[in-house]
Amino acid sequence: MVDAAMVAQDVPDRDQELSKLAESAEAAIEHARSLGASNSEVSASIQFGLNVGVRLGEVETLEHSRDRGLEISVYFGDCKGHASSGDLRPESVRSCVEKAADIARFTQADKCNGLAPAERMATHFPDLDLWHPQPLDAGATMGRALECEAAGLDNPAITNSDGASASVGFGLNVYANSEGFVGRRDGTRYGQSCVLVAGEAETMQRDYWYDSRRAYDDLEAASATGHEAARRTALRLGAKKIATCEVPILFAPEVASGLIGHLIGAISGGALYRKASFLMDSAGQRLFPDWMRISERPFLPRGPGSTSFDAEGVATHDRDIVSGGVLNGYVLGSYSARRLGLETTANAGGVHNLAVESGEHTAPELMRQMAAGLLVTEVMGQGVSIVTGDYSRGASGFWIENGEIQHPVDEVTIAGNLKDMFMGIEAVGTDVNDRSNIQTGSILINKMTLAGS
Amino acid sequence: MTDALKLAEQQLLAPGGLGHSDLEKVLHHLMGPAVDDGDLYFQNTSHEAWSLEDGLVRSGTFAVEQGVGIRAISGEKTGFAYADEIIMPSLMQASSAARAIAQQGSRGTVQAWRRQDPRALYLPDDPMPTLSADQKVDLLRQIDTYTRSLDPRIQQVMVSMAATHETILVASADGSLAADVRPLVRLNVSVIAQQGDRREQGSDGGGGRFSYLELVKDNAWQRFADEAARQALINLEAVASPAGAMTVVLGPGWPGVLLHEAVGHGLEGDFNRKKTSAFSGRMGEKVAAEGVTIVDDGTLPQRRGSLNVDDEGTPTDQTVLIENGVLVGYMQDKLNARLMNMKPTGNGRRESFTHLPMPRMTNTFMLAGEHDPEEIIASVDKGLYAVNFAGGQVDITSGKFVFSASEAYLIEKGKVTQPVRGATLIGNGPRVMQRVSMVGNDLKLDAGVGVCGKDGQSVPVGVGQPTLRVDSLTVGGTSTQ
Repeated sequence: MVDAAMVAQDVPDRDQELSKLAESAEAAIEHARSLGASNSEVSASIQFGLNVGVRLGEVETLEHSRDRGLEISVYFGDCKGHASSGDLRPESVRSCVEKAADIARFTQADKCNGLAPAERMATHFPDLDLWHPQPLDAGATMGRALECEAAGLDNPAITNSDGASASVGFGLNVYANSEGFVGRRDGTRYGQSCVLVAGEAETMQRDYWYDSRRAYDDLEAASATGHEAARRTALRLGAKKIATCEVPILFAPEVASGLIGHLIGAISGGALYRKASFLMDSAGQRLFPDWMRISERPFLPRGPGSTSFDAEGVATHDRDIVSGGVLNGYVLGSYSARRLGLETTANAGGVHNLAVESGEHTAPELMRQMAAGLLVTEVMGQGVSIVTGDYSRGASGFWIENGEIQHPVDEVTIAGNLKDMFMGIEAVGTDVNDRSNIQTGSILINKMTLAGS
Repeated sequence: MTDALKLAEQQLLAPGGLGHSDLEKVLHHLMGPAVDDGDLYFQNTSHEAWSLEDGLVRSGTFAVEQGVGIRAISGEKTGFAYADEIIMPSLMQASSAARAIAQQGSRGTVQAWRRQDPRALYLPDDPMPTLSADQKVDLLRQIDTYTRSLDPRIQQVMVSMAATHETILVASADGSLAADVRPLVRLNVSVIAQQGDRREQGSDGGGGRFSYLELVKDNAWQRFADEAARQALINLEAVASPAGAMTVVLGPGWPGVLLHEAVGHGLEGDFNRKKTSAFSGRMGEKVAAEGVTIVDDGTLPQRRGSLNVDDEGTPTDQTVLIENGVLVGYMQDKLNARLMNMKPTGNGRRESFTHLPMPRMTNTFMLAGEHDPEEIIASVDKGLYAVNFAGGQVDITSGKFVFSASEAYLIEKGKVTQPVRGATLIGNGPRVMQRVSMVGNDLKLDAGVGVCGKDGQSVPVGVGQPTLRVDSLTVGGTSTQ
């Protein structure tokens, strides 16, 4: 192995780095002001990390990363310009501000441009328990990746490996604007993943598993990730097509979160004000069965999407986006809110920890409930239209009959319209995937078209 | 001819006071015990984008990024670090981090510089100043007005225009010293048309390694606007796509994304070295129907996927992948070529200095056959004619690929009839290639908007093909009638 001492790096000094980012941001705002900008807003970040890739018991790659950057939006009245720089040297920051100002001289006035309302800025910055640094230790990270893959290769069904990886990353960010708001964010992230192959030649199948956490101690054992990757890969052997039919579909948690992602896409400000959403004017309408509840919880300790302010400094808050099956509101930043004549929902930059409320049933119970149908564990391709709600994607998974898995399935598509699919949700399982910013259990949908042989 | 190497040295090395001897010094430092190869990749990229919606050019953006990525290779191991400052202390620090991958052993050597012969598939000039900011804003508004005038059902028009200017310099321990200065422009038009309660989208675009002037010459942009509007209006009439296995005719040009997914990725060297591709170990075997010849060609002048040299300094090439149905070549970067005892093919590409290179496609297409497109359609009794695609995805290992049609029609009794929506095609790459029964004489390359993603890295690529008939492909729609 390498001499770990040679490459172990100290934990970055968070407060010192954040202060440097805040200084860069404030210098940029000051420069924008000196150029005559009426307002400006800046986001400055730095990330440190280490990523190790191993394959068949050997280390293949060791990547050290350190990314810095700053982006600024400047407003001259209602005209806006934007620019970014990949480093934080004072001369780079100044030239970045000047570029943004240049652009603003040519863009057209839009009354909806501008900073988010001052009265909505975050004023409380609770500790969300997101910072759990450890020295960037190449030796330990290699060890974790090797252990992960070795556990997977232990499974006799596994014939090859596409490799395992382990990573450590620390990120710091400052958002500041010309009205005096300065918000600091921090977060650590530890991850590991493993991709394995079972079978030979034309029967080859591949699957993976991963874990990702804010704190190292919350990661599952590296060997557990490898074992799970192997188990999932082996289960795929002997996959076959099935005949075209209409059946219930059970989405496993990893793919179910994608479905909720399509909902978020369709109720996001950008899609709505462009009239490019099948869910236009749907606030206040019932889109789901009456027991369905989807909430946003930005303050979850160690949560993957936790933050006390959004990308414009607006204070985040807990809310139910869907309750009683009814859509209560949209997902807006200040620009799209003004376009729609509404108020920002503190979602500039996205949603912060969505949770779909689970019912009482485990995934095996949901299989018994659907009796016959397809359990989908992977979807492929881009066949989702937010404009029309049409959904048609490649899928693989398992054929269920009498509530039990019969055999693996691949090379089929599943199709429907998202509006019908949302209304056709029959249950949400208790098997929640808590690694994701969108946390849901398995989702059972009453009926979709499955195309096969 | 303007020398890319001189330009690159001026832009990337001179500001930090670096010369050839400094590069040698860093490479010597990098080539520590057991390091047998290594390279320094310097890059500067500037990028701008202007966009219009609701008739207003309400935003524009400019980004600049610069740095150096340093790689040390020891057998199959790669150590990598990068720095966003191109000065000696940062280079030495990054090379220390990169070389720590190697175990104890003998030290590799740094060869004397060998310069690549310069070549010029495109001009090195920065495309951004070829139109003034005023002209850019005016052009976007002109496109908006024109597109809206095409049909009263057009409700929304979005236009975006972007340019990138990238300078790279690669200095490698094997003595190669190469540079490339790469312009890239792109224009996209996207429309939403409405009829009653129904809304449909259409989009089109194009670009390449040239200046903005190519987009305004003879109003070249008009065909993107016409095409985007036409697609949206046709989709307003579309019925639900049939579901099930059927004969599919693929149109020429952009539908070549099928080859990119079904064949291209599976023939990248890394997957074949690891034996995780559905095409692994099949060199010399018949993997596609007779008459199918597929190439990857990074040497086409001004194409979006073309490069003078790849991101490891290897000149790009025309690589035949499948010749008359037989697998004859893989796409390689230096590392995988060495480990497989093959030659690098100029396919080593990376998104930026913060990423490691890997084998990637450039412009990948199928050569023309002998059939008239009309003859191909007339040969189908009942099937699907897919003309445009939103994009695709592949599972290299099982060979499964998926792609989604954004414009497709039914074929009934040899005639193209009803437009359909929501058609997704799914198949197994090697198996589908065996089922190509007719190849058209109308080879067309795409208009220049393709982006390929692999392991989180995006690079610009080109695709192309003639009209093709595939016997039996699974079509995923909602209609089971």
